[in-house]
Amino acid sequence: MPTNDADPPAELTIEEVRHLATLARLGMTDAELEKFRGELASIIGHCDVLQRVDTAGVEPTNNGADLLNVVAADEPRPSWPPRQVLANAPSRSDDLFRVRAVLE
Amino acid sequence: MPAIDPYLTLTEAAQGLRDGAFTAAELARAQLDRIAAVDGRVRAYVTVTRDEALAAAARADEALARGDAGPLTGIPIAIKDLIVTRGVRTTCSSRMLENFVPVEDATVMTRLREAGAVMLGKTNMDEFAMGSSTEHSAFFPTANPWDLARVPGGSSGGSAAAVAAGEGIVSLGSDTGGSIRQPGAFCGCVGMKPTYGRVSRYGLIAFASSLDQIGPFARNVRDAATLLQAVAGRDPRDSTSADVPVPDFSAGWDRGVEGLRIAVPRELFAGADADVLEATQAAIDQLERLGATIDREQSLPSVAHALAAYYVLAPSEASANLARYDGVTYGYSYTEGASMWENMEQTRGRGFGDEVKRRIMLGAYALSAGYYDAYYKQAQRVRTLIRREFARVFDRCDLIVTPTAPTVAFKQGAVTDPYQMYLNDVFTIPVNIAGLPAISVPCGLGEGGMPVGLHLIADHWDEATLFRAAHAYEQSAGWHTRHPSL
Repeated sequence: MPTNDADPPAELTIEEVRHLATLARLGMTDAELEKFRGELASIIGHCDVLQRVDTAGVEPTNNGADLLNVVAADEPRPSWPPRQVLANAPSRSDDLFRVRAVLE
Repeated sequence: MPAIDPYLTLTEAAQGLRDGAFTAAELARAQLDRIAAVDGRVRAYVTVTRDEALAAAARADEALARGDAGPLTGIPIAIKDLIVTRGVRTTCSSRMLENFVPVEDATVMTRLREAGAVMLGKTNMDEFAMGSSTEHSAFFPTANPWDLARVPGGSSGGSAAAVAAGEGIVSLGSDTGGSIRQPGAFCGCVGMKPTYGRVSRYGLIAFASSLDQIGPFARNVRDAATLLQAVAGRDPRDSTSADVPVPDFSAGWDRGVEGLRIAVPRELFAGADADVLEATQAAIDQLERLGATIDREQSLPSVAHALAAYYVLAPSEASANLARYDGVTYGYSYTEGASMWENMEQTRGRGFGDEVKRRIMLGAYALSAGYYDAYYKQAQRVRTLIRREFARVFDRCDLIVTPTAPTVAFKQGAVTDPYQMYLNDVFTIPVNIAGLPAISVPCGLGEGGMPVGLHLIADHWDEATLFRAAHAYEQSAGWHTRHPSL
C-alpha cells in the first residue's frame, strides 16, 4: 500500500465544519461534526500539495470533453405527463409536489 | 440437457444460442440458478430481476427463431445500480434511493434492450459510487469471489464480483476515478473505462459529471469490446456525449502489438506492492516479446498531484450534483421536522452515509468563498497540466502501461482511514482527470493467490488500439481463463 508524504492536517474548527454542514443542508449531531472535523482536516491537508504546484499562465480545464456551448435544436417536444413527473413524489397534492411552507 | 457452464464467455454464449445448443430462456434460468446458489455468499446483487429476465429471454428466443439476432441477443447481463432502469428500483446502494423506481431507461439500457440483452438484476456498489471497496454500500458489503473475506474493490464491486462469480456473463459499471478498473483487477476480470464522451451518461446517476463514464466488465477483452460496441455513440440527450464516429473496436486485432510503442512511466508505479510490481513487470516483458517497443524514458511528473486534484474536483462536482436530494421530488423524505429546512437537513443527514457526507462537505469547502481559487480553480489548472503531459507521451507512444491498483484485494474492514482508501485509485485517477480510455486485464496472482490487473491507457478515442493490445497480451498470457472456486 502506498504511503503519502502527509502534510500536517489543515486547521479546521468545529464552527467551520458546522458552517459546511449548513451550506450542504446536512443535519448532524455534535459527535458527527467532531468526527468529520478530523477526517476533513486530514483530507484537506493532503490536498494542500496543490498549493505548491506552479500553474502560472495555465488555463483551468473545466470539463471532461473540451466542449463549449453545446446547443440543442430548438424543437418543441412533449414533456412528461404529471403522472410520470410525480411518480416518485414522497408527498403530493393532486398534480403538485407537497412541501412544508418555506416561510412559516 | 447438460448444465450450462456459468463461466461461458459472451462469444461462446452467443454461439451456443445461434447453434441451438441452448435457448435464451435456458441460459437465463441457468444464470438465475447460479445467482440463487452463490449470491448468498458473494452478495453481488441488490435486486435480482427474475421475471423481467425470463420475459426478455423469451423475446430473445423469438428474435433468434426469426434469424434476427445480434451479438447481445439473449446474453445475460448485470447492471450497476446507478444506471436507471424503467420500472426496476435503482438505489445507488443508498438509503436515499432505496425505494426509487425510475420512470424511464438510461440510454445504455435502451440500447441494450434493443440489442436483445437480458438483464439479470442490479448490482451493489459503494453508495453513489463513492468508494473503492463496496463496503460503503448502505445495504451490505459484497465479497470478493476469490476470497470471501476480502473486498471486491469498488465502487462497481457488485458488477465485478458478478462476472467473477459466474452470476452474469458481462456487466456494466461506471468509472469516475477507477471504479471499473480497480474492481476488475481485484476480481480477476476485464474492466474497461471508455474515453470521456464515448458512452452516453443519460440516466447514469451523477457523481462527478466531468469524470463519470459507463463501461463494461467481461471475462475477456473481446467480450468487453462487443459490449462497448453496443452502447457507445452520440446521444442527443447527453450534451457531453461526443459526436465522433464509433469505429469497429475489433479491427486490426490480428496485428497484435507488433509496431506499438508502449510507455512505462515510473510515476505510475510508485508505491505499488512487490507482488503487484512483479506481475506487472512480467506482463511488460511479455508485451515486449510479442513485438511491442517498450519506452522507459517517458515521464508524467504532474500525476503526483492527480489524487489531490481529484479529491477537490470530484467532491466539488458531487456537492452540486447531490444537492437535488431534498426529499421533495423523489427519494427518502423526512417529514417529522418543525420546518421545511429541518426536514431537508434531516432528509440528507439520515439518507446519506458517511462517505457521501464527507465528500459533499469537502466539495462545499473547496467551492466556498475564500477557498475557491486556492482549491477548485487550482485543481482545474493541475488538471490542464496532467492532460498536457499525457498528450506529450501520446505524441511519441501508442499506449501507457501501469499496474491497475497498488495492491491486490484487501480484507474487509482492513482500510478504515478515508485517505488511505483513496490511495487505491492512485494509478487510475489520472486517466479520468485526462478523459482517456483505459483497461484492466488479469496479469497474474499475487499475495494470497489474489488476481493482479495490468492497466493499459490509450489516447482519446483510440479504444481500438487499447483493445487490440489488451487482447494480444491476454491471449498469450492466459490469466483470464482462471476462475475462483465457489
